[in-house]
Amino acid sequence: MSTDTAVGPAGREVRQTHRVVIRFAGDSGDGMQLTGDRFTSEAAAFGNDLATLPNFPAEIRAPAGTLPGVSSFQLHFADYDILTPGDRPDVLVAMNPAALKANLKDLPHGGILIVNTDEFTKRNLAKVGYEANPLSDDSLEPYTVHEVAMATLTRGALEPTGMSKKDAERAKNMFALGLLSWMYHRGTEGTEQFLREKFAKKPDLAEANILAFRAGWNYGETTESFAVTYEVAPARLAEGTYRQITGNLALAYGVVAAGQQAKLPVFLGTYPITPASDVLHELSKHKGFGVTTFQAEDEIAGIGAALGASFGGSLGVTSTSGPGVALKSETIGLAVALELPLLILDVQRGGPSTGLPTKTEQADLLQAMYGRNGEAPVPIIAPQSPSDCFDAALEAARIALTYRTPVFLLSDGAIANGSEPWRVPDVDELPDLSVTFATEPNAPDGSDEFWPYLRDADTLARPWAIPGTAGLEHRIGGLEKADGRGTISYDPDNHDRMVRLRQAKIDGIPVPDIDVDDPSGEAEVLVVGWGSSYGPIGAACRRVRAAGLTVAQAHLRHLNPLPRNLGDVLRSYRRVVVPEMNLGQLAMLLRARYLVDAHSYTKVAGLPFQAEELAGVLTDAVKGDLPA
Amino acid sequence: MSAVELGQPSFGGGLDLVPTTDEPQKAKDFTSDQEVRWCPGCGDYAVLASVRGFLPELGLKRENIVFVSGIGCSSRFPYYLDTYGMHSIHGRAPTIATGLAVTRPDLSVWVVTGDGDALSIGGNHLIHALRRNMNITILLFNNRIYGLTKGQYSPTSETGKVTKSTPMGSIDAPFNPVSLALGAEATFVGRALDSDRKGLTEVLRQAAAHRGASLVEIFQDCPIFNDGSFDVLRKGDGVAERLIPLVDGEPIRFGNDGEYGVVRSATGGLEVAAVGGPGGVAEDDVVIHRAGEEDPTQSFALSRLSDQDLTHTVTGIFRKVDRPTYDDGARAQVAAAKQQATDRGDSLGALLRGKDTWAVLPEPENEQ
Repeated sequence: MSTDTAVGPAGREVRQTHRVVIRFAGDSGDGMQLTGDRFTSEAAAFGNDLATLPNFPAEIRAPAGTLPGVSSFQLHFADYDILTPGDRPDVLVAMNPAALKANLKDLPHGGILIVNTDEFTKRNLAKVGYEANPLSDDSLEPYTVHEVAMATLTRGALEPTGMSKKDAERAKNMFALGLLSWMYHRGTEGTEQFLREKFAKKPDLAEANILAFRAGWNYGETTESFAVTYEVAPARLAEGTYRQITGNLALAYGVVAAGQQAKLPVFLGTYPITPASDVLHELSKHKGFGVTTFQAEDEIAGIGAALGASFGGSLGVTSTSGPGVALKSETIGLAVALELPLLILDVQRGGPSTGLPTKTEQADLLQAMYGRNGEAPVPIIAPQSPSDCFDAALEAARIALTYRTPVFLLSDGAIANGSEPWRVPDVDELPDLSVTFATEPNAPDGSDEFWPYLRDADTLARPWAIPGTAGLEHRIGGLEKADGRGTISYDPDNHDRMVRLRQAKIDGIPVPDIDVDDPSGEAEVLVVGWGSSYGPIGAACRRVRAAGLTVAQAHLRHLNPLPRNLGDVLRSYRRVVVPEMNLGQLAMLLRARYLVDAHSYTKVAGLPFQAEELAGVLTDAVKGDLPA
Repeated sequence: MSAVELGQPSFGGGLDLVPTTDEPQKAKDFTSDQEVRWCPGCGDYAVLASVRGFLPELGLKRENIVFVSGIGCSSRFPYYLDTYGMHSIHGRAPTIATGLAVTRPDLSVWVVTGDGDALSIGGNHLIHALRRNMNITILLFNNRIYGLTKGQYSPTSETGKVTKSTPMGSIDAPFNPVSLALGAEATFVGRALDSDRKGLTEVLRQAAAHRGASLVEIFQDCPIFNDGSFDVLRKGDGVAERLIPLVDGEPIRFGNDGEYGVVRSATGGLEVAAVGGPGGVAEDDVVIHRAGEEDPTQSFALSRLSDQDLTHTVTGIFRKVDRPTYDDGARAQVAAAKQQATDRGDSLGALLRGKDTWAVLPEPENEQ
């Protein structure tokens, strides 16, 4: 990190720096997610580019002070466009020994460590297996340590409120936020305003939190322990109006926008599941936009109701995660046979089975691609960042509505909960998704019959004739149907034709050619990714190029069908590297489809790739050091 | 949180929002061009004939009627009716019907299902559709056997049933579908026999008119795998002593001359007793059927009078009460929210921008 130094008004050093990674870590009950979110909002309002990585346990309140109970929030903010939440923190805030123990290994030597000393009691240390207090031995010597008795100081600041000690201490996360806000020259008004609104119904709590926040800020300002503060200038992003957004929020907004652009009511049939539930929560607030949300008795009922709504002329949507997809598979197959529009939003998490509900993974690709009985092709779209979930939802809806097919959207835990600035689109620029329902009989012989499986010559889509349309009464179902006429057919040749027609319809969906980013134009190694690994792969490419090497990057948004030019692109490089948070699912598809010797690099640790590790892999590939 | 004023419509009929036609309709108008492919002698034929004969009576536009089915012999039903229809997947028809009912108040939505489809693989969806009181009519064809998979026992087969999958007799206790539906908070529950066209049509008529979920259990014969299973309720001398027909507001009497009645039992339930004569109960002791009673206790007790061996079988309408439907409630919320959105002037653009935005201005051109 390159920095410029100046001297501030208080005689303290002010360093200008281009980017900073801060990690707040504490107990699940310490409010780390709120603290991180709030700092993120301040960074966003200041105009920094940013990316965040919340990381929390599946248990709502794991036993206090234990390693499994540690919750953290990492924020990367910068004065230029950044791609990831950062590999390692520059600053680690550890609210207790468990948080220190779980996170210290990520803090580089020389990093800043701010520790809440009040929690470093014998009992708490023993709970996480510290034999000696790391604050009093020399184990923290490689770091710049700031020991702050946050609970004590918060208690003191809140004394005038008459609050109990225990209640007062709960505001210590705001003390930490205040201190960090001071260190990074962030304003206080935004946070104070936020706290007043958040606790509008409990003004006492609002004031207590504001007092703690100010106490943290003043602590930095008045004590001598912090000799340096830091400034990160606003980023020079493309012109426009920006807001901060998480992937799940962008996904929900994309669904609302899709309904508006299609002029169709939206029906979400779903069942709560981590990490997709926020999509339900958000959409349930937008009934005013014609969105109906239905919390069903199970995953199957959720998608069944969505498909029923699609039959009736709504944009049917279901949201879920991997285990839910498994339950919905049969209904997805039915939707393939019925040829009705349906969006399946899969926010992937660690598997198999219940796996790691709150951690990320991209291991549902093959489930989305092939996880059904019979030949049941389904288009697949994967957003590459939190804000991209908005555009991906619109694109998924476009395909579903145009081609009368279920469409998978594969988000994942990292981008679902992570946030970044989003250039808010002008509504006039959004695609027109309007649809035409069938209204007239269509029999080729000119009779008054309606043939539900007579296809459009261009799209191969069948007509969408909704109940209530006179003269088009028809029956559809999971049994094989006769090509065109749509009656039940067990004819062998018809089945062969229908299987191929359904496949041809999906294969024929036009998707944009894949772009290759190769600034030098001379790269011999191509790295191909999909979905949320866009950020780390892009950041890794920047590092490799900064080191004087060349590497080309291509990122897949459409996974089914794949871009038409993909085979040619893959074959034009000496080496193709495919990093994935699974055991090589895309690599297998690429190898099978294009006979390209793609090198698969995989990690399934529940966390996104780090740019540093990918840069190492790509450097090896460029230098020819990768294993065959 | 205070309750939200939903602006719920007053209780109306199940078909109040479905467009009607003045054009006379016949059973033939509801007959599709598909050849019916049930086995000869299947009870489904009789039910199909009753439904085709009954639908014109509703006077609805044919295009506003949808039949949704699951998997099983009876689930082929939609193919044989010239309405909109969907033959879906095993057990899931109530879920499809739910999505349709919520989004399309102008449709008359019917579910056709069987004892395996509704009570085994789809049991969860059935109870939740009833609990939510979706405005749908569910026809549960109960032949107490799996027909399409060729003769395994079903969740309504009597204990000890010898079938292909239970050569030593089935072990599990069967469901009583009427008891199950009442336990699942159903607002309309009826039962009829496939061959009793008059009785079946009357139950269908009231089920269709009911606003909310209606469950109609139809005893139906499978001549191939469970032949004659309901014959004791159809023919022979003992029929009148087995069938207990319910008439709302009337004392529950049955037998060739009404010589039997239903009375309160010492254990708090109901039982069958001879009425009048030596040793018989007094006429005043016979229970009066009240399908509209809010408290389902008596209806439930009536459902328990039906034995596995059909010694007694209660038919007619067990329960018919008004309760807000899920679909009306869901639509009312959406309508209220839309009105608010209009009043506030909400726009997609404003939603996307949210409360906290910042502007990035173009770079000054001359500054290099």
